[in-house]
Amino acid sequence: MSTGGSAPRLEVPRLEVRGVSKRFPGVLANDRVDFAVAPGEIHALLGENGAGKSTLVKIIYGVLGPDEGEIFWNGEAVSVADPHAARALGIGMVFQHFSLFEAMTVLENVALGMDRAEDMTALAQRVREISEAYGLPLDPERDVYTLSVGERQRIEIVRCLLQNPKLLIMDEPTSVLTPQEVERLFETLRQLAAEGVSILYISHKLQEIKALCDRATILRGGKVVAACDPKAETAKSMAQMMIGAELKTVTRRSGGALGEARLAVEGLTLASEAVHGTDLKNVSFAVKAGEVFGIAGVAGNGQNELLMALSGERLADHETVVRIDGTAVGRSDAGRRRRLGLCAVPEERNGHAAVPGMSLVENAVLSGHHRMALLSHLFIRAGAAARFAAEIVRAFDVRTPGTGVAAGSLSGGNLQKFVVGREILQKPKVLVVSQPTWGVDAGAAATIHQALADLATEGVAVVVVSQDLDELLAITDRLAVINVGVLSSAMVTAEASVEEIGLLMGGVHGLDGSVPGEEASHVA
Amino acid sequence: MSPRLAPLKIEARREIPRGLLYATPLLAVALTVVAGFFIFLAMGYDPFLSLYHFFVSPLLSFYGWSELMVKAAPLILIGVGLAVGFRANVWNIGAEGQLTVGAITGGVVALAVWGEEPVWILPVMCLAGIGGGMAYAAIPAFLKTRFGVNEILTSLMLTYVATLFLSTLVYGPLKDPMGFNFPQSRMFGDAALLPLLLEGTRLHLGTGIAVAIAVAGWVMMTFTIVGFQVRVLGQAPQAARFAGFSSTRIVWFCLLLSGGLAGLAGTFEVAGPIGQLIPSISPGYGFTAIIVAFLGRLHPLGIILSGLLMALSYIGGETAQVEVGLPQAVTGVFQGLLLFFLLASDFLVRYRLRFRPTVAAAASSQPAE
Repeated sequence: MSTGGSAPRLEVPRLEVRGVSKRFPGVLANDRVDFAVAPGEIHALLGENGAGKSTLVKIIYGVLGPDEGEIFWNGEAVSVADPHAARALGIGMVFQHFSLFEAMTVLENVALGMDRAEDMTALAQRVREISEAYGLPLDPERDVYTLSVGERQRIEIVRCLLQNPKLLIMDEPTSVLTPQEVERLFETLRQLAAEGVSILYISHKLQEIKALCDRATILRGGKVVAACDPKAETAKSMAQMMIGAELKTVTRRSGGALGEARLAVEGLTLASEAVHGTDLKNVSFAVKAGEVFGIAGVAGNGQNELLMALSGERLADHETVVRIDGTAVGRSDAGRRRRLGLCAVPEERNGHAAVPGMSLVENAVLSGHHRMALLSHLFIRAGAAARFAAEIVRAFDVRTPGTGVAAGSLSGGNLQKFVVGREILQKPKVLVVSQPTWGVDAGAAATIHQALADLATEGVAVVVVSQDLDELLAITDRLAVINVGVLSSAMVTAEASVEEIGLLMGGVHGLDGSVPGEEASHVA
Repeated sequence: MSPRLAPLKIEARREIPRGLLYATPLLAVALTVVAGFFIFLAMGYDPFLSLYHFFVSPLLSFYGWSELMVKAAPLILIGVGLAVGFRANVWNIGAEGQLTVGAITGGVVALAVWGEEPVWILPVMCLAGIGGGMAYAAIPAFLKTRFGVNEILTSLMLTYVATLFLSTLVYGPLKDPMGFNFPQSRMFGDAALLPLLLEGTRLHLGTGIAVAIAVAGWVMMTFTIVGFQVRVLGQAPQAARFAGFSSTRIVWFCLLLSGGLAGLAGTFEVAGPIGQLIPSISPGYGFTAIIVAFLGRLHPLGIILSGLLMALSYIGGETAQVEVGLPQAVTGVFQGLLLFFLLASDFLVRYRLRFRPTVAAAASSQPAE
């Protein structure tokens, strides 16, 4: 209800949701949810994974139908049959994962997203007008694969704005942006709000919500548990409302003596396998025992290539390019590197870190069989595998009906806890982990961060690749920035400035849409 | 401007009932029978009599059952091997060729000692047959792992090379010198023939071995790291690489296994029911085994059942030919119908078709612009 906000709002809400429930087999995803968004309001939807945010947004956008409850649009009850109907009402949505065709131009992608055929010349003109009016620099003629992630997001936003939305839904929009790009996006959103567009902003980054949003509705277990004014709350108090418990803070030993270099990479140059991938260029760094080393960067700047080169999924040109505890392994496969103590967690959970169609037990065997004695000759030791899977589920609080369920049936955050836990429990000597808390809730993120810190305390060399700069600043000892496959020199985290890191992250992907490949002329 | 929406949309189903995945083979068989009924009717045959002779009368005699198992043996052997590969997304379509080469290599061993009756001859023939099938499957394996050549094309095309090579042999160097110039080899000696399991039938040891291999295949796929690697590669190739499984090795393994089993099936055919090399030793077992593998849900134990069912299509086709005068092509028609219905019902279990209203919804709202 619209009574909870600090600012009294007299108008009819743009969108009001009353008593919406949605049941999936075995779970009540939304339980009589009530909330309202006023015209021109930036409203945060906050909650842990599995709290029902996505379900609620899908119902509003017509992807799912509610089992119970009503949706009011400008005071009138409406039924949103599908996304076309939602767009016809004036609801636009920018998804977390973009649906763009890389080989096509910006304009062609925009045209494909329109509900009706448009004249291309007129459309190009409108794209230019909108991108200028809202500070979203975008050249309609550019091919999408040449664009940075931030620029791609602008396509999605422009696509929505072309429909003159009255309500814009943004699902985790900043996870792929540099700090400067985030600030720019916020300006655009504030401008839209000032013009009367309501914005429903879904995020787990509490600082951003404090900076941007007028009100917040907090979901837990499918129910609305609180509504608040984010500016009047602290990030910690909102996190506690979200998880319904005290938030643990990560304890780190302070500057203990570091040991020998456990992981050393020297002159790693590797062409990407992907058509529009990023080649690694002369990457060098070393991580000592007991150290947490961060690699920051905007998505798609060679992080995946680097992770695969470290895990052994891609082999380097020479054995000596990668060393684990002094042993050269540049030409050794993932199995030998794991037996030597290097465990890895890739960014993509489904299909890379885990097989979605296989059970948690089988997924425990997937990477665990090298170090956990899960094999007896050629046979898989079913009992040992089941115990290992159960141990991961217990230690990392993976919410699952059992270890026999398919990995793909777990929510993203739960599966993330499982795959990170699987590697940590193998007692690695070197752990390389990409996006360790991507999509997991604040409570679980704290658990994972604590586990990484504990590993470092035990003398493990930990490499964290993340696009979440706040995360890296919080948990790493040193960090470097990767941009178009080049790794910057490492800096001590405690002495690094966010502005400097942001500029390194921006690199040649300039904020004003400078052409990648024209080298870093823009950065200064 | 009109909305550019397709009226029909294919959507993935959110939840797939597990039981339904195992029910689709039965549904496909039922639909095949129904479709067969109408085909016989349209062709002017008595549909009830035709179906009776196709599906029922072969099962009414003891001999019919023994023949069923004779024909099921190669289907099961090959089907198990192919299913392992299919699980890993390795598509060996050339089992017919590997069967033929296995028949040649096994047969050549038998003919090489013709006139003698060494006791070791059968095991050596089997090894030669396995080796021949493996060697022939090694060609697509090498081309795929080394040059990325699609194994579907290479293995399929090599089938025709193999059958023509067999003809060349039996019309030439291996022709029976006492055979009145018929294109066939000498009959194998008794020691080179598979022992019969039941007197008075053609049921030979190969059927028992085929069932044993199916069970072994089930154990391998379910309980060993080898089967695990195969399944991971098929479901998530990136995860296989992440786990340190070499896709090259798995591709080699799958092709050599399926080729070896097809080669063994070829040797069993010439050392069993046929007893010599002739220009055509298989009525398409290598291709039918593809249907057997899918009908058996790529599960080795399911393949035993589907192998028996597809064997029935051969015997039923022959019976219907003799009793009702149906054309020989009816066997192929039934096999094709079965595969079609199986693929269609599998698809519809996983996806559904949704018709969309031709006019965009949301009549209740004002236009956006």
